[in-house]
Amino acid sequence: MSAKQAIDLKKTAIDWLGILPFLLFAVMFLIAPTLYLVTGAFLNPAGEFTFDNISGLFTDKILASYWISIRVSLASSLGGAFIGFFLAWAVVLGGLPSWIRSSLLTFSGVASNFAGVPLAFAFLATLGRTGLVTLLLRDWFGINLYATGFNLLSFIGLTITYMYFQIPLMVLIITPALDGLKKEWREAAEILGATNTQYWLKVALPILFPSILGTTLLLFANSFGAIATAYSLTGSTFNIVPIQLYAQIRGDVLHNPNLGYALALGMIVITGISNLIYIWLRMRAERWQK
Amino acid sequence: MKTQKIGAWIAVLFGASYFIIPLIATFEFSLRMRRGEYSFDAYRSVFSDVQFRESFSYSIVMAILTIVFGILLVVPTAYWVRLRLPQMRPFVEFITLMPLVIPAIVIVFGYLRLYNSSSFIPFTGSARGTDLLLMFSFMTLSLPYMYRSVDTAMRTIDVATLTEAAQSLGASWPTIMFKCIFPNVMSGVLSGAFITFAIVIGEFTMPSLLNRPAFGPYLQLIGANRAYEPPALAIIAFAITWASMALLQLVSRFSKSAPSKP
Repeated sequence: MSAKQAIDLKKTAIDWLGILPFLLFAVMFLIAPTLYLVTGAFLNPAGEFTFDNISGLFTDKILASYWISIRVSLASSLGGAFIGFFLAWAVVLGGLPSWIRSSLLTFSGVASNFAGVPLAFAFLATLGRTGLVTLLLRDWFGINLYATGFNLLSFIGLTITYMYFQIPLMVLIITPALDGLKKEWREAAEILGATNTQYWLKVALPILFPSILGTTLLLFANSFGAIATAYSLTGSTFNIVPIQLYAQIRGDVLHNPNLGYALALGMIVITGISNLIYIWLRMRAERWQK
Repeated sequence: MKTQKIGAWIAVLFGASYFIIPLIATFEFSLRMRRGEYSFDAYRSVFSDVQFRESFSYSIVMAILTIVFGILLVVPTAYWVRLRLPQMRPFVEFITLMPLVIPAIVIVFGYLRLYNSSSFIPFTGSARGTDLLLMFSFMTLSLPYMYRSVDTAMRTIDVATLTEAAQSLGASWPTIMFKCIFPNVMSGVLSGAFITFAIVIGEFTMPSLLNRPAFGPYLQLIGANRAYEPPALAIIAFAITWASMALLQLVSRFSKSAPSKP
């Protein structure tokens, strides 16, 4: 080995030494724990390879909890994306005073981080049995909300609650995309005789589509992994996947630790796929934002 | 054009009521503790609760530790990747985004299995060890936000030139790091710090499963057992989030005007 090669080697070694703490951290606190669960999902208690845990997921109880989780996440992400999009559209293109835009964005920054246990408290105080809105509806309009079959501790209640952080997140991510719609595109469409509807259907929405779909997937993953709000809202009665996993971690309610790993693997797969598509769509969307 | 403006106002009014009504309702509920009149009794009850003070200060200490160690991990890494290992950037960025992909409850599940008292690194064997593990798990949670804000701040400075200039003046690596790089990315560091603070203070899943007396599990416990304190706590939590975000905005506005000096 020549002296130059030795120096190069030493330099490379130092280069890598610089991010060693980070790599160590990533392996210890992200990669190893995840790999442990993923491999555990394919092992039986004796440590032999098996698909039993994966097929164990396809039992009524576990499938039901995945299904309710998917429904809540889907409803809250679609609702959040829809309302969030219109809010962003209103402040970007609706011709409103500019202070509305800045206060909406500031508020969205706060509200998208206002999740977890306190959010559950807020909605209990709003739409719970003695919540303000429930009482006002009863006293002012004579509507007994809970007699109509509404229950905060249910699918619809959880969806409404989740949308409190989903809408602001959508606003925060989609506003820059709407800002990126160039005036020239609209003018060009109008000169060619396009109506407003045609402009939106044929120009604006196709350009925005990757951003909208991507963000919806991000919202989906965001609510799929959330547990604190649901847990403090409904206790352990409402069996979404994270709550079931929580119960499994605390007390092995499935009576099979490896099935618990499979449950975790299922969550990783679902949030992983939606996030990967989100990242891919985002890269596509960025082509238009240059 | 007219209908468009009306539509925009309707959207904004709807959004505003969705956001504001729960806050008003929560505040109103928190005042109902005394029968027949509004009072701040619930807040008094919260602030006089020993457990509130203990869990709140525990979470604040944890948040500060998480921020300090998070900064010490992220800033040198982001710096080094930009300076020496630019080919590793996509990989490092992917790692930093992993906590957004893998739900927190899954990550902590892995910790509990990997670092239990009979494993080769028994973090959960002692209370101090568990505190340490909890701090690392908070660092993991805040990694995406911390890394992104530091990396964004680093984009605006010329890392290589700064380093060469410092080196040619005879600066050592610690001097370069703390006297040259840190002050230049302070805005990013502070934004990361405030968002970390907001995340750590309210986090429920991780401290609850690791059995540490943090603010999040305390909130859940109160929620399950009391009527009027929970909304008061929700208002307090909202105020904390609001303060963190306000400071964050202040910092980023401040830094936008700062580097334009000739």
